[in-house]
Amino acid sequence: MKCQQCDKQAVFHITELETGAVRELHLCEDHARVYLNQTEGGGGSADEAEDAAAAGGAAGQLGVGQTADELAALDQKACDMCGITFFEFRNQGRLGCPHDYVQFAKELEPLIVNIHGATEHTGRRPSRSPTTVETAAASGTAELTGVIGLRREMKDAIACEDYEKAKENRDAIRAIEDRWIPPARPDSQE
Amino acid sequence: MQIMKLDTLAQSIGEWLRGTGPESDIVMSSRVRLARNLPQYPFVSRASEQDRADIERFLRERIAMSSAGPGLESIDVGGLEEIDRQFLVERQLISREHADAQGARSVAIDKLEQVSLMINEEDHLRIQCIHSGLDLRGVWEQIKVVDEQIEQFVPYAFHPRFGYLTACPTNVGTGIRVSVMLHLPALVITRQIDKVFRSLHKISLAVRGLYGEGSQAMGDFYQISNQTTLGKSEEELVEQVGDVVPVLIDYERRAREFLVRETEQNVHDQVSRAYGILRTAQTISAEETMQLLSRVRMGVLLGLIGDVKIADINSLLVRTQPAHLQKLRGIELDTKDRNIERARYLRQHFEAGGQNVN
Ligand SMILES: [Zn+2]
Ligand SMILES: [Zn+2]
Repeated sequence: MKCQQCDKQAVFHITELETGAVRELHLCEDHARVYLNQTEGGGGSADEAEDAAAAGGAAGQLGVGQTADELAALDQKACDMCGITFFEFRNQGRLGCPHDYVQFAKELEPLIVNIHGATEHTGRRPSRSPTTVETAAASGTAELTGVIGLRREMKDAIACEDYEKAKENRDAIRAIEDRWIPPARPDSQE
Repeated sequence: MQIMKLDTLAQSIGEWLRGTGPESDIVMSSRVRLARNLPQYPFVSRASEQDRADIERFLRERIAMSSAGPGLESIDVGGLEEIDRQFLVERQLISREHADAQGARSVAIDKLEQVSLMINEEDHLRIQCIHSGLDLRGVWEQIKVVDEQIEQFVPYAFHPRFGYLTACPTNVGTGIRVSVMLHLPALVITRQIDKVFRSLHKISLAVRGLYGEGSQAMGDFYQISNQTTLGKSEEELVEQVGDVVPVLIDYERRAREFLVRETEQNVHDQVSRAYGILRTAQTISAEETMQLLSRVRMGVLLGLIGDVKIADINSLLVRTQPAHLQKLRGIELDTKDRNIERARYLRQHFEAGGQNVN
């Protein structure tokens, strides 16, 4: 990919996430430096400076201090369940599945801090959910997101005519769903 | 849960437009939405055709079995014509994104059109609740119950630290968007509106125009909402928006008093002309209609126009939108014919002394 401001190879891929809008920047090293210096400096109205500082913060955490190789490696990191790469997320501004918050936790955290100024949810919880990080491994979400990966493998197995494997996955999916999806009400109205 | 026929909806009007409730001279409506996702499927943008169909069916059936189900009717948005999707957008029962999306998707609504549950919007489930006037507390209490009822039958994707997990990190945590729709014509006329908005941005609140694309508000209607969703509880976020509303109401009231005191003739003239055009025009665009209805609405509230009811103006704001006009007329119309039909509808409405006419 080329730099958006010259013909050199883009090595810095910066995602700016604002409410309702995602802006992608692909810049060579020189232009990235210029951009990041601009956004960290003053000038403009108080509001612009605030916005710029916020954007620079997010971009900084995703770009500065990392070599092109490190960034490329980060971009190729993929979710075990849905398969989305970090690069795809940065391009689209939408995550692939709930497991991404676990798989990309380290990468997402600076972005989340930048958007919300916090990383800890303090509001309501589903009544069935665990209350501490320690018990999270046993939570429904952690196991149920596994179904996304199993379903993907099952598709591949069917494509390869590996029906044995497909059947195993189907049974595994059923077992997880039976454990974590609340039973349906048999006499549901209408 | 039943399957709904849209034409019956066109004859009625949502409860939130009835123009009552606290501070309804300035606060059109109070709304809360919650973003929820199933952990066993990819988020909508990455879900296959089959996944989307499975998600839609799972949620629709599960919502139907919950205590929230019996009061709801389901509409298959994916199977609707463009004009019918537009119709639901105009009533604020679905979002533009939901209307324009691909694949299996639906919305379940209650009879009063206070509750709407969008399936397969940006998130698997978007629960929305809307009341007339300033009633954020009431809206929150209602939506909380619906959320709890659905949760009895639906597993929600949740992380002990990040909270409710959403397709976009801007919604993670509570997944809540708390908003009020304000009518601020006097702040617009006295050119104070930009100053007000800049101060709102400083306290992390977002401002959006009603119906208008982007930030350009049409007819002086503005939506104020929270920008962050993580780190504060739902109650705190409801308060954050709720706390700023009385301040804005006070600004708008003062601006209205100023207008009447300092420029009464001028305001009276503007309002009367707006009313005159609405009653006599032979062709009129949706934008101009909204702008004029906004002025007339203010005139009624200032006592400058006597024979129009606020509820009627609120209703006209929706019924003069393109899809509503065509639904009420029963035929498809192009832009030019819609402008003629809109003018006819308005003339007839005002001639009949404010009675709703089709
Ligand atoms: Zn460059
Ligand atoms: Zn994933």
